[in-house]
Amino acid sequence: MTRSVQRLTCLVPVVVIFVAFWLLPMVWLVALPAQKGWATYFAIFTHPKYWLSLINTVGLSLLVTAFTLALGGAVGIFLARYKFVGRGALLSLLTLPLSFPGVIIGFFMILLGGRQGLIADLSEALGAGRLTLAYGFTGLFLAYLYFSLPRAIATYTAAAEKMELALEEAAKTMGATRYAIMRDVWIPELAPTTLACAAIVFATSMGAFGTAFTLATKFEVLPITIYTEFTNYANFALAAALSMALGLVTWLVMYLARRYTDAAPVSI
Amino acid sequence: MGRQRAPRQFPFTLAILTALVTLFMLIPMALSMTAGLVNNYSKGLASGLTTRWLEQVWEGYGDTILWSLTIASLCALITIVVGVPCAYALARTRSRWARLFEELLTLPVAVPGLATGLALILVYGQFRSFRQSFLFILVGHIVFTLPFVVRTVSSAFANRELITLEEAARTLGAGFTRRLLGVLIPAVMPAIIASALMVFTLSVGEFNLTWMLHTPLTRTLPVGLADSYASMRIEVGSAYTLIFFIVVLPLLWALQAIANEVQKRYGT
Repeated sequence: MTRSVQRLTCLVPVVVIFVAFWLLPMVWLVALPAQKGWATYFAIFTHPKYWLSLINTVGLSLLVTAFTLALGGAVGIFLARYKFVGRGALLSLLTLPLSFPGVIIGFFMILLGGRQGLIADLSEALGAGRLTLAYGFTGLFLAYLYFSLPRAIATYTAAAEKMELALEEAAKTMGATRYAIMRDVWIPELAPTTLACAAIVFATSMGAFGTAFTLATKFEVLPITIYTEFTNYANFALAAALSMALGLVTWLVMYLARRYTDAAPVSI
Repeated sequence: MGRQRAPRQFPFTLAILTALVTLFMLIPMALSMTAGLVNNYSKGLASGLTTRWLEQVWEGYGDTILWSLTIASLCALITIVVGVPCAYALARTRSRWARLFEELLTLPVAVPGLATGLALILVYGQFRSFRQSFLFILVGHIVFTLPFVVRTVSSAFANRELITLEEAARTLGAGFTRRLLGVLIPAVMPAIIASALMVFTLSVGEFNLTWMLHTPLTRTLPVGLADSYASMRIEVGSAYTLIFFIVVLPLLWALQAIANEVQKRYGT
C-alpha cells in the first residue's frame, strides 16, 4: 500500500459517519426553507417576533459573558494568588458544575427563585411578599451565569497561576494603585485568556437549551423559539431557518476568537 | 511605599467576590440535596426525612441512568476506534482538503444541538425502527463528540519527535500496522484517554441534541431529569438530582483521576 492509500483508508470511517449523519442531514436542513420561498431564510430579520428573540438571546449572552468574565477573573486571580487551606477543594467544588447537564441548573434556579424557592421564603419573612424571579429574565440570567462561571474560574485560575509576578511587583514598588495594577497589568496579561473564554461562554449561552427549557421561561430566547416552532407548530422550514441563523452567529464568534487568539497547536 | 519585599496586602475586594460566588455556586447544590430527602419541601426539615422519593425515582427512572452510561461508553469506544486513524491521517496530510475537512468536522460543536437533532429527524425520522432505538441517540452523540477526539489526538500525532520516531521505525522495516500499534498509538495514549474521558462526560450530560432525538421509550439521564422537573413534585426532581450526584459524579471523578494519573506517568 502506498502512503496516500493508507491515509485515505484511515479517513474513510469518519468521513462516512460524518457525511451520512451530519453533513447530508444538514444540507437537507439548509435547503428546506427554500421550499417555502426564499423569504423564509430572512424570517429572523423580517418578522418582529423572531427578531426580538434573536436580540433577546444576543443581549442576554453578552450580559452573561461580561459578568462571567469579571467575576470569574476576580475569583481566578484570588485562587491563583492566595494559597489557603482547602483551596484545592474549593476549586474543585467551584468547577464541579461543568459536568452538570443544563436542565439541572434550570432546576437549581427553581429551587432558588421559584414559587416554593429560598428567595420567596426569605422575602416573605422580610414582609415583602413571595418574590419569584426564576421564570423571567433574572432567573435566566442567574442560571446562565451559574453554568458559565465554572469554566471561567477554571481558565482564569490556570492562566493567573502562570502570570509573571515581576511586572506587578515593579508596578507596586513604583506606587501604582490597585486599580492601576488591574488596568495595566492584570487585564493586558490575561487578554488572550479573556478572548478565548468570552467566545466559549458567549457561544454556550447562545445555544443553551436545557436551562431555558426547564425554567419554561417567559423571556423568550432563540433555542426555545426554534423548539416551539418545531413541536407546537410543526413548522420545520422556519425552525431550520432560525437554527441556521443561530448556528451562523455562534460559529462566527468562535471562528473570530480562534483567528485572533494565538493559533499555535495544542501541545500535549 | 517603596519597601522591599513588602508583605502583600490582603485583597478584600477579591476575597469578598470569591466568597459571594462560592455561596452562589454552593447554595443550589445544598438545596437540591436536602430537598430530595424531606417529606414535604414547603414544610422543610420539620416534615421529617424520607427515602421514598429516592425509591420512586429509582423505580421510574433508574433505567435512564443505565442507558446514559451505556450510550456514553459506546460513544467513547466508537469515536476512539474511528477517530484515532482519522486523526493520524489528518496530522500527516498537508493538503487543503484535509484542512477543510478538519474545519467541517468541528461544525457540529458550533451549530446548536437543536439544529443537528432537527436535521437527523428530517432525514432518518422515517426509518421507524432506527428512530425508536437508542442507536438514534448514539449516532447523534457520535457526530457531536468526534471533533473532540480528532482534534486532541491529531495534535498529539503532529509532535515532531514522534514523526522522527515513526520515520526511524519505517526505515528499520516496520510496516504500517506495526508502526501504528507499536509506536504511534502508545505514544499518543494520554491524548486518547483524555479525549475518551471528555467524550464520556459530554455524552452523559448531553441534552440539547438528545431531547430532540429521544422517544418516550428511549430516555437518557438528562431527558429523564427534564421530564421529572416538568411533571413531578419538587421533591422527586430533587431526589433525581441527588441520584445524579451520588451515581454519576463519583464515576466521572474516578475516570478523571485515572486520566490524570496516566497523563502524569506517560505524558510528555
